[in-house]
Amino acid sequence: MRHLLGIEGLRRADIEALLDRAEAHLQGGPDASHVLRGRVVANLFFEDSTRTRTSFEMAAHALGARVLNWTAAGSSVSKGETLLDTVRNIEATGPVVLVIRHRSSGAPHLVAKHVRCAVVNAGDGTHEHPSQALLDAFTLRRRWGRLDGRTVVIVGDILHSRVARSNLHCLTALGARVVLCGPPTLLPPGLESLGAEVSTSLDAVLPRADAVMCLRVQTERQTENFFPSAREFSRLFGLNAARAERLKPEALVLHPGPMNRGVEIAPAVADGPRSVILEQVAHGVAVRRAILEEVCR
Amino acid sequence: MSSTILFRRGRVIDPRNGVDGVRDVLVRDGRVTDVSEAPLSVNEPDVQVVEAAGKLVLPGFIDLHVHLREPGEEGKETVLTGCMAAVAGGFTGVVAMPNTKPVNDSVLVTEYVKAKAREARLCHVYLAGAITKGLQGEEMAEMGALVSAGCVCITDDGRPVMNAGLMRRALQYAQLFDLPVMVHEEDLTLSGKGVMNEGRTSTRLGLVGIPPSAEVAMVARDLVLLEETKGRLHVAHVSCEGSVRLIREAKRQGLRVTAEAAPHHFTLDDEAVGAYDTHARMNPPLRTRRDVEALREALADGTIDAIATDHAPHGVLEKQVEFDKAWNGVVGLETALGLTLALVREGVLSLQRAVALLTDGPAKAFGLPGGHLAAGAPADIVVVEPNAEWTVDSARFFSRSRNTPFHGRRLTGRVAQTWVSGRLVFEDGHIKEHR
Repeated sequence: MRHLLGIEGLRRADIEALLDRAEAHLQGGPDASHVLRGRVVANLFFEDSTRTRTSFEMAAHALGARVLNWTAAGSSVSKGETLLDTVRNIEATGPVVLVIRHRSSGAPHLVAKHVRCAVVNAGDGTHEHPSQALLDAFTLRRRWGRLDGRTVVIVGDILHSRVARSNLHCLTALGARVVLCGPPTLLPPGLESLGAEVSTSLDAVLPRADAVMCLRVQTERQTENFFPSAREFSRLFGLNAARAERLKPEALVLHPGPMNRGVEIAPAVADGPRSVILEQVAHGVAVRRAILEEVCR
Repeated sequence: MSSTILFRRGRVIDPRNGVDGVRDVLVRDGRVTDVSEAPLSVNEPDVQVVEAAGKLVLPGFIDLHVHLREPGEEGKETVLTGCMAAVAGGFTGVVAMPNTKPVNDSVLVTEYVKAKAREARLCHVYLAGAITKGLQGEEMAEMGALVSAGCVCITDDGRPVMNAGLMRRALQYAQLFDLPVMVHEEDLTLSGKGVMNEGRTSTRLGLVGIPPSAEVAMVARDLVLLEETKGRLHVAHVSCEGSVRLIREAKRQGLRVTAEAAPHHFTLDDEAVGAYDTHARMNPPLRTRRDVEALREALADGTIDAIATDHAPHGVLEKQVEFDKAWNGVVGLETALGLTLALVREGVLSLQRAVALLTDGPAKAFGLPGGHLAAGAPADIVVVEPNAEWTVDSARFFSRSRNTPFHGRRLTGRVAQTWVSGRLVFEDGHIKEHR
């Protein structure tokens, strides 16, 4: 693939090939430190991020690349430079891949239309976050072997979640059933037509879940009247210890981070035996190595 | 140039006067003098003959809704380039929206645009004045002065009048002048930060949606106010099924409401946004296939009176950006005819109805001259080759802007000639004169 702009549209075989490659990296497979030797990977972060940026940076280093870390803060963007001008200027310095995080949905698609180098979407607005979905799927696949027939409940602010969209595409492509759960104000129309099951009751769907992914809830949504208060949200949609008790014994708990402990997830659950949250982070580097290798081939 | 013109043996369609058949049309001194089933012979030495056999001879089209961008944004369009685009599209009259810089809320701006239109000397440019000063939605603009200066309607187009009390008074006050109040229907508290229609596609693309209720709720409000005030309301760029239903019912009740629909809204649905194509970003947004079907029915059954393009030129800078940062709007003057005739080929409209929507409908909605070809009417005439196929190439637009979602589309039906007040202003792809 030339770019990785999203999971939507990828075939199962494409996804599995990436996960297989990540697995090989994680197993300490053949030395890959020369794959991008002497080449430059540009991390263009128009929106703040810690884990995704460092994860891409470590992945690029592991492939022997040099990394240009660029952030919008203090750049010409604050002087009114357009996205395309910024990107063309950086492209002119010669990177082979642009890793782009942007708060506008579709920004990497716009860039991809106007540059020659590869573009990797590191999260665009409320659209997709493909590397996150791949590492989530990778984490589940390592635990389960296959995702076919499994049920994954994603709970919280679906409306604003790029993680939910990418995971919906990724997990269903791998044969899992995805249940998207949240208050009606945070469930946009048309989710069923994208292949999801939709629920407004976490309690109703929890017993069926093989895994539950809690999404970060931004408290400013409260002032936008998507829900009345963080407390009420937590009471209805938070994964607390009592709810976790009702999960299947082997069910896993995921969170893409950063977490609001005590809002969407209780500390005891986040740190408990079901949690694979830190595994997700660790797997991120292997998955992103696979992505960079793939688009630079 | 001769002041006597004979359009010979074209198929004349003049919906207002119930004409559809091969006719000769005689024009003298800028006015139609005769429309005859029998061939006319004119024994004058300098008569100019237009052989129109196999072609359509129609009243010049009237677009109730264009943005000419002058004064203020001449890089996007000027009165001159807008008029060039108009006559190239078969339009002999356009109504220019007041959201220029400065806003047309004063005689000064009205006079300025009129002067530019006189200089351009291509088509009739009618002015829409603002409902409120500076389009701020707070104080009524001097409607009487605007009307005296020549404004044919008032509108805050681009913005709704959110204050219902003010809207009610505007509808009442405009009755002093029997003036239509054109409304951009959008409840801003419902549309919020939305950038496209709310639905499956916005969910998939992760873009903030605008629900149809943002439009329908305001149409409902204004129809309630209209019923109470008995004014004249013109609903601009109707985009969805709910609005159509309310307007149809209001007409049944006898309210003085007219409505227009834009070619992009009756041709495309929200899937045209594709991979964040900013040329599919407009306000109101492209809706669903079901809404498109509802608009088509409304065009056919008379619920919608006019096809208006909402010609909204923008430069590359406003469109070659992130979707949520792009400006709303598309150009429309040069593609309207082909897109309207596509509805005829698809069996949605009769050819007569299609012509009525471009001519008689808009003329009557605003009480404008033209729109028909009876003896005495201004000789605003468009000659159309109905079967000519062409491909939209935005690089060849006369408009100064290129923002169309129809670039590359095959269309059937091309303007061969445009005549304004008996003067040939456009022929075979060329502007004839504008000085």
